[in-house]
Amino acid sequence: MSTQLKSDPEQESLVEMTHIEKVFNPGTISEVSLFHNFNLSIRKGAFVSVIGSNGSGKTTVLNLLCGSVSPDSGEIKVGGKEISHLSEFRHSRFIGRVFQNPAAGTCPELTILENLSLADNKGNRFGLTPGVTRKRVDYYRSQLELLHLGLEDKLDVHVASLSGGQRQALALLICTMTPIKLLILDEHTAALDPKSSENVMELTERFVHEKNLTALMVTHNLKYAVTYGDRLLMMHRGRIVLDAEGEAKKAVGIRDLTARFDEISLEDGNSI
Amino acid sequence: MDIFLGLANDVLMEGFIYAIMAIGVYVTYTVLNFPDLSVDGTFPLGACVTGALILAGVNPWLACVIAFVCGALAGGVTGLLHVRLHITDLLSGILVMTALGSINLIVTGGKSMLAYYNKPTIFKTGLMTNIPDSAQNWAYAGLALVCCLVVKLLVDLFLKTKTGLLLRAAGDNPQYVVSLGKDPGSMKILGLMIGNGCTALAGAVLSQRSGSANTWSGAGMVVMALAAVIIGTSIFGRMKFIPLTLSVILGMVVYKLCVVVAMQLGLPADDLNLLMAILLTIALVLNNIAPSGGRRKKQDVNPTQI
Repeated sequence: MSTQLKSDPEQESLVEMTHIEKVFNPGTISEVSLFHNFNLSIRKGAFVSVIGSNGSGKTTVLNLLCGSVSPDSGEIKVGGKEISHLSEFRHSRFIGRVFQNPAAGTCPELTILENLSLADNKGNRFGLTPGVTRKRVDYYRSQLELLHLGLEDKLDVHVASLSGGQRQALALLICTMTPIKLLILDEHTAALDPKSSENVMELTERFVHEKNLTALMVTHNLKYAVTYGDRLLMMHRGRIVLDAEGEAKKAVGIRDLTARFDEISLEDGNSI
Repeated sequence: MDIFLGLANDVLMEGFIYAIMAIGVYVTYTVLNFPDLSVDGTFPLGACVTGALILAGVNPWLACVIAFVCGALAGGVTGLLHVRLHITDLLSGILVMTALGSINLIVTGGKSMLAYYNKPTIFKTGLMTNIPDSAQNWAYAGLALVCCLVVKLLVDLFLKTKTGLLLRAAGDNPQYVVSLGKDPGSMKILGLMIGNGCTALAGAVLSQRSGSANTWSGAGMVVMALAAVIIGTSIFGRMKFIPLTLSVILGMVVYKLCVVVAMQLGLPADDLNLLMAILLTIALVLNNIAPSGGRRKKQDVNPTQI
């Protein structure tokens, strides 16, 4: 049976979502049937941007992958392993997630050093050995230098006193410090000022490339969706209405996307 | 003068003993952000377990350790009710507190009070036997101080370990613990075990001091411990050179001082619970209106909304 040749590793798919069904609040007046036979496959090493209006199901896709929402039926496989039955914290062992809210990805009451020490120990046992090992400080400094935010000199500062941009950059570093299979970016620049979000996006691109990550990024910023990543998905009412990869993706411009949004809006009975 | 010294002695000795409980409540309330009401049941649990064990001839120090373990188990039940059965934090505590009302009576064999005045306790064995009568009361206070400093030190050390850091993270941002691939619920259970273990230990030590154990001695313990934690962290915790656990101990001493002063000014003992509630109210209100900028003040502001 297993004589079949391994496919090209570049083309090997990492994420396989098949026949996903999801209804929110079933049986109530606010019932929303979001996914009906939803399928999505992401190859290893891809950097996918996802856009779509509110309620289109972007965030639900991320939540399904991270295990914070479970599907009514269907399969979700990451790296060939069925994961939809695992609890959320078990997903985190191979999936890293950066949230829209910069407060979500770090611990405000702990110092930068303590945050990094915790992240550094991800995947290992948390025993009764000292939480902060001074031996690793140089390594943490070198990692923080990658952010170009001067945080390497603020190791003992509480994360609560950092700006949103700094916290988000730190969250990104924390997420990618230990090996993960999939990086999930949940509108992670939406709460930042333009300069900070540029910085965080550049960092994202660099980390994804340097660490050979597979990334799935939801964004409302069409410019980022067009500029970054090698595949673009547009979602509407639980369906993928545009899927461009490689050369086709490079040809897509912001105007095309806004035009498509208008079309969708017309389909919904709105007038422009 | 003698009366004054006697009162000072009472304040310090009781302050230090109750401070053991306050450190436990600091772990659940401040570190974990969990308002734990089971404390009202675990305090007498510690006392009753110690009483029953000492009457059975068990070494008083070992009795303290067993009391801690029993308290930890009760705290674990509060945690399980909340984390695994999804009962709200307040109700989980109330359920365990109520259940312990019966369990404490089972431990004492149905008596509401166990007396063991003539049995060896930690205050009457070892080095304590060599203390001259004149210095005895101060030796008691000293032993209480040692007990509470040992607990403080152990809790401090624990909070610096990997598990301790994870526990602090669970109280601060459970999502962060999830993203580390760990279950924040287990950390909550662990924290509640430590908190209630300390509370039962305080009950055990106080009971050994008085030579008796009451099943009803837990009334108002939550209020007392919370007041001490809030007074301590908001007055002394603002000073950078005082660690938070030490500030909690000082908070309990200040609290006891307030109570003793009120009693000396003629407050009837019947009004003690009323006074305790008023003191906690004052502490909460002062803590709310205190100028911000104190260190480690919880940030309620959602950064996305700034």
